[in-house]
Amino acid sequence: MKLKLSESDSSMLAGESGPAVQMAMSILVRMSEIQGAEHLLSIVSSHIDSALYIGDSTLDYAERLVDLGAKVCVPTTLNVAGVDHHGWDRWAVPAEWAHKARRQMLAYKAMECKPTWTCAPYQTEERPSFGDQIAWGESSAVVFANSVLGARSERYPDLLDICAAITGRVPAIGLHLAENRAGQVLVRLKSISWDLLGSDEFYPVLGHQIGKLAGSRVVVLDAVGVNPSEDQLKALGAAMSSSGSVALFHWVGLTPEASTIQDAFKGKAPEETIDVSLNDLAEARNDLSSCTSDRLDMVVLGSPHFSLNELKALVPLIEGRRCDSKVRFLVTTGRGVKLLAEEIGLLEALLEFGAEITVDTCILTTPMLSGEIRSLMTNSAKYAYYAPGLLDREVVFGSTEACVESAVSGKIIKDDGLWVV
Amino acid sequence: MGRINRNRKEEVDSVTENVLRGQSVISGSANGRLVVSREPLSFWGGYDLESGEIIDRQHHLSGKVVKDCILAVPGTKGSSTTTAVLLEAMQRGNAPLAIITSGVDSFLALALVVAEEMYRKSIPLVALKPAEYAELPSGHEISVEEDGRITWIQPNR
Repeated sequence: MKLKLSESDSSMLAGESGPAVQMAMSILVRMSEIQGAEHLLSIVSSHIDSALYIGDSTLDYAERLVDLGAKVCVPTTLNVAGVDHHGWDRWAVPAEWAHKARRQMLAYKAMECKPTWTCAPYQTEERPSFGDQIAWGESSAVVFANSVLGARSERYPDLLDICAAITGRVPAIGLHLAENRAGQVLVRLKSISWDLLGSDEFYPVLGHQIGKLAGSRVVVLDAVGVNPSEDQLKALGAAMSSSGSVALFHWVGLTPEASTIQDAFKGKAPEETIDVSLNDLAEARNDLSSCTSDRLDMVVLGSPHFSLNELKALVPLIEGRRCDSKVRFLVTTGRGVKLLAEEIGLLEALLEFGAEITVDTCILTTPMLSGEIRSLMTNSAKYAYYAPGLLDREVVFGSTEACVESAVSGKIIKDDGLWVV
Repeated sequence: MGRINRNRKEEVDSVTENVLRGQSVISGSANGRLVVSREPLSFWGGYDLESGEIIDRQHHLSGKVVKDCILAVPGTKGSSTTTAVLLEAMQRGNAPLAIITSGVDSFLALALVVAEEMYRKSIPLVALKPAEYAELPSGHEISVEEDGRITWIQPNR
């Protein structure tokens, strides 16, 4: 099937809207042909991961677009950057890195993207609505937008998301099309206790296990009666899109395209059924820990970026207590959430505890950790998945409560109570 | 040296020439040692853009340096920054010599499309069908041709 362009697509490709639009459209057309799209479709908004500084090439790309006069043509938010714009110098970030990462941030601002600088853009006012066609980057945000909000996005990689935002067009493929949103894999939970189902620690571990088995397929979770919160679904999706590349899951009776199991599969039969037992989950949880001793240098929370509700829930755990002087306690979040937390007086408790807050970025996307920080503890499956390779650090996964207890006592305290088979 | 046939083995003298006919996604030719991954890989957090080492510590190729090799990987997974990591590795000259996938992987293709656009350089990207991917001989010297053919020679026993 050959790609058919609209008149306006062809005019953009011919350069009639300027050289930046032409460059973006030529990349989109080339990708549409490779992906076998028959036509392009229009999007209403975009979320850009391309602003993350990786090296000279990502900066060159951004500045080339700016030099050619690029501007986004739909409302566009920005994902994490390569540096905390205003707070990088409190950490071990090399000045040259910070300088180039900031130049790359400025380039995307110059294209008129909104400086949200968060991997959880759905925690800002720029939240897509059900059925919206969108072009989002950031794997954890894509799975949230598709699954929890019912918006429609493919997994947009860095470098392509901005082409979509500049032209307002994307290849009409994959999860943009209703027929591709039907479930493929059925996941059932076997003999999981209600205590575990209610705990925040359950969802990242479940997501990690499902991502390994489901790959990139559409997942349907049949667990009627279990009603995870938005933050729990955020953690579930982020884990699935780290160990695998799940971009859409349906939770029967909860998410918007799955009022019933038949609805979630659009009347088709599942191609595979996966039963998840406590034993499977206990093993998956072990994957997320690489530490060999109880040494603890840093607790880090907030991948995806902490929400206001997660901050609110943290306060009673730390109030009146103090983090051990040898341990750093870091929360990564977005500027918007930090501002809201400040307004309602949540930050004081964090600072009194000895916590630090980093915005705009996270430990995986900026070289902020000094060499002495060797051993991390986190409640995030995404941090736990990537830290050993990307940062060459040891990591332990645990509940938020266990992270706090460990920070106070100065050494890793694991609470395996809910996971004993 | 025997003639090369499409998608089948032919025994001539004391060697067998094997050919797989793939789809050339990004055209080019390369020769080198093949490293075959059984699992998908996120290049961000999975490929060190300086050394070319596989750094995903849960991946079966963890610790293997593949930058001077031809890398076969079923596809990408995980992070959307995979494209930026491959682009940067290309720009620094630290990408694999060629990449072979099972089915078309749009993330890898995009990185190479942008590398062509920005730096006028690229590496071959070939997509195989899953059954053909399973025949790839890990550890062998192979050739990737501009038209998507993958060839290697095996001595007969």
